[in-house]
Amino acid sequence: MSDAKSYDTYNTAAAPLRFHQETEHHPENGTLLGFWLYLMSDCLIFACLFAVYGVLGRSYAGGPTGAEIFELPLVALNTSLLLLSSITYGFAMLEMQRNRVNGTLVWLAVTGLLGAGFIGIELYEFGNLIAEGNGPQRSAFLSSFFTLVGTHGLHVSCGIIWLITLMVQVKRKGLIGPNKRRLWCLSMFWHFLDVVWIGVFSFVYLMGVLP
Amino acid sequence: MSDHPDLTKLIFGRLSWDAIPFHEPILLATFAAVLVGGLVLLGLITKYRLWGYLWHEWFTSIDHKKIGIMYMVLGLVMLLRGFADAIMMRLQQAISFGDNLGYLPPHHYDQVFTAHGVIMIFFVAMPIVTGLMNYIVPLQIGARDVAFPFLNNFSFWMTTSGAVLVMASLFVGEFARTGWLAYPPLSGILASPDVGVDYYIWSLQIAGVGTLLSGVNLLVTIIKMRAPGMKLMQMPVFTWTALCTNVLIIAAFPVLTAVLALLSMDRYLGTHMFTNELGGNAMMYVNLIWIWGHPEVYILILPMFGVFSEVVSTFAGKRLFGYTSMVYATIVITVLSYLVWLHHFFTMGSGASVNSFFGITTMIISIPTGAKIFNWLFTMYRGRIRFELPMMWVVAFMVTFVIGGMTGVLLAVPPADFSLHNSLFLIAHFHNVIIGGVLFGAFAAINFWFPKAFGFRLDPFWGKCSFWLWVVGFYFAFMPLYVLGLMGVTRRISHFEDPSLQIWFQIAAFGAVLIALGIGAMLIQFVVSFLRREQLRDVTGDPWGGRTLEWSTSSPPPAYNFAFTPVVHDGDAWWQMKRLGWQRPLAGFIDIHMPKNTGAGIILAGISTVLGFAMIWQMWLLAALAFVSLLAVAIGHTFNYNREYYIQAADVARVEAARTEQLASHV
Amino acid sequence: MSAHTDVHAAHDGHDHHHDPHGEHHDDGIGHVSLKGYMIGFVLAVLLTAVPFALVMSGGLKDSGTTALVILGFAAVQIVVHMVYFLHMNAKSEGGWNMLALIFTAVLVLITLSGSIWVMYHLNHNMMPALMDPRNLP
Repeated sequence: MSDAKSYDTYNTAAAPLRFHQETEHHPENGTLLGFWLYLMSDCLIFACLFAVYGVLGRSYAGGPTGAEIFELPLVALNTSLLLLSSITYGFAMLEMQRNRVNGTLVWLAVTGLLGAGFIGIELYEFGNLIAEGNGPQRSAFLSSFFTLVGTHGLHVSCGIIWLITLMVQVKRKGLIGPNKRRLWCLSMFWHFLDVVWIGVFSFVYLMGVLP
Repeated sequence: MSDHPDLTKLIFGRLSWDAIPFHEPILLATFAAVLVGGLVLLGLITKYRLWGYLWHEWFTSIDHKKIGIMYMVLGLVMLLRGFADAIMMRLQQAISFGDNLGYLPPHHYDQVFTAHGVIMIFFVAMPIVTGLMNYIVPLQIGARDVAFPFLNNFSFWMTTSGAVLVMASLFVGEFARTGWLAYPPLSGILASPDVGVDYYIWSLQIAGVGTLLSGVNLLVTIIKMRAPGMKLMQMPVFTWTALCTNVLIIAAFPVLTAVLALLSMDRYLGTHMFTNELGGNAMMYVNLIWIWGHPEVYILILPMFGVFSEVVSTFAGKRLFGYTSMVYATIVITVLSYLVWLHHFFTMGSGASVNSFFGITTMIISIPTGAKIFNWLFTMYRGRIRFELPMMWVVAFMVTFVIGGMTGVLLAVPPADFSLHNSLFLIAHFHNVIIGGVLFGAFAAINFWFPKAFGFRLDPFWGKCSFWLWVVGFYFAFMPLYVLGLMGVTRRISHFEDPSLQIWFQIAAFGAVLIALGIGAMLIQFVVSFLRREQLRDVTGDPWGGRTLEWSTSSPPPAYNFAFTPVVHDGDAWWQMKRLGWQRPLAGFIDIHMPKNTGAGIILAGISTVLGFAMIWQMWLLAALAFVSLLAVAIGHTFNYNREYYIQAADVARVEAARTEQLASHV
Repeated sequence: MSAHTDVHAAHDGHDHHHDPHGEHHDDGIGHVSLKGYMIGFVLAVLLTAVPFALVMSGGLKDSGTTALVILGFAAVQIVVHMVYFLHMNAKSEGGWNMLALIFTAVLVLITLSGSIWVMYHLNHNMMPALMDPRNLP
């Protein structure tokens, strides 16, 4: 783009250029994009944790291997709860789209309960491992396992706290614009956590029991 | 002692009177000076009843302009601390030969070089870069503020919180002695059981939250809030570099967060990710932290490339040469910066195949930067160059940065790096590019945009003094380090036996003194400019003949930036508006929608500081309380839906009328 | 999530009830459908059940192949979630959502594969004892 271009060619008497807008300019709301970008950064945190698990995941230090400690039926149950909670959140979004406050709240509550179930099972799993002496301090494998799965669980827990807060806010103010945006953000967060869980159950649990 | 030792432990953790360095004279003297200076400052603020003003106009402000200025102030204040560390090191290394052990024992010296690096990167360079992007980008794109004004305020205070923790480590406890990246196992709990590394971790984690959110904020701003008509390829180059920088921030900082979290788990919970036993692998830390570290240096330099583009085109009076190639070069650098990280640890042992891959990618990444240098030169060619201060800094940058870049390409060759890694050659290289690129860019930007922000130019005489002292000082301080590095001298050493090296260190110390005078001259420049502000006043809003939209506003701009949102038809929008004789509208003003100020940001960051301090000193009760209140305040804040107000059209009219008068006075 | 522009964004808090189906298109929030969620759900269940069944029944002869199969199913299921639950498409937010996702995916790949490649070489050259994981107590 050189200086040779003449600006004057597009400013004619018939159609003079306007350089300012006389009415109020309303930029598009950036909350959803901003939240998506934040989720991308969260993706990278998980990528690091997966990388650490990938590198340290076979460093058993004489301690137990994945095959010895992972209870796949429990993991299958967990996975089902989380997947179900994703669909129930979807139902909440459908209710929101129809502007039904109570419907939205009901499905949100179901989602929260399923999420709490997921966390409960995970705590049970962790508690057992620690009680057996296979806590995160036992080996690098266990350290990276607890960190990756634990971080995911922490995110789900934060999601539940957020969900409860949003339920209160929707009850109080109804499905106003900001609340809908927040519900949509939580939806993205919740589904994103399910995506990460796909990585966890595949890369950690299923591959972890393979010889 | 107490009847309840457990309760004492719960409340005070490992904090005790031993944490205060009563036996370190340098620290005591510093503390005394800070105390006196601080009390004087607080006293003056109280005397002139400025607390209310500071709180309402600055601390709780969500105005990107105010926040940008506060970032710059933070950066410049921390520059003084970081430079104090530098001059302490130069002095120690200049005298500590043979029997003379110098005045800094290794225990202290190691903290000085660690703090120097941490402060300069995280609390000088990052705030300056963020501050510039914050101030300028919304103005350049014709917006009223950033996409998330509250988050902007919060980000600033979180960065400040990190700085406060680092400064606190001077007087309560000590800082890390591991170097600015705190490699394990040295930074692990066995080798560094004291609070130093914990200060490091918590200050960076807290500041990191601020930086990441700021990255999201600015990226959404650029994507969503451009003035009507401003297509991507019509954005000012500074905005383009800001866009790429914020992409890098969002993509790189999570890695730092994750790695530091893992390190803190090893330290607090006894896990084995980076330890020497039970399967840990310290090399993984080095690998991950440099996956963050390399993009980080591009985060620092890309905005400065943008600054140089703006300054060169303005002071050469010509449109920037090769705008499209500049944009693509920036994008290529952004992507490639993720493919070079291993060049920071060629010597760790990954072998020839891995090393050669990364050596080649490192050399490739120098090419787009080279293209930019040529574009700036071609912009200057046949231009009518005015050597105002910003332009002088650009020329200094071009010479200095190119030298540093060349030594970088030298280091990119793995066999060469095997001799030069962690030598003073490396130190000289990165200071060459960071000072030549980032710092000179900061000074160019400050001199360039100061009149916009404050309504008067900076005093040119003291500016030129600062310029020459900095440039000459830089060369005296760092060229000897290249020589020393080639002779095999290692970094981070506080005592030497070989007397033939001493002359080089003494020359470097002399350079550091010149730089100190340069900093002094810059401070004098600020004071003198303030005192002479009427003579240096800019009433037009466009003292340099600028080309982009920020120059269409008054100096300083009103709170709402633009009475009417600009409509853009071409790049260099303001230049086009001037050429086509655009007249400022004098009537027809409308109510303007603006976000409200809020104290939530500073309060949340304050609680975070307490949380960080409590975690460092293992004061679990305080930590728990801080954490709970953090959650409560954050959640409570989300219940506030009433965050906006309108500036009445009548007020806008009044402000604009005042500007009309001001413009008329300049005839 | 299609990007709806200024007019709707301008009226935050003033809910508009124009749509006869009671559905809103405020603030770029997209349109969700029961059908989409159900398809996604069924696919996800299948894509989860198969790898679980495979591993719990002993896996294939070669564990390397089993691993690849598991990862393959995971990759497909991630795409299913992206499309049916996260409503990912190339148009939302003017293409920026997709661009951000692709960029992130590339970086995740570089971080994962780069780290594993680099660490494999580092471990091989610098910590040969580590290569036999059950060595140490």
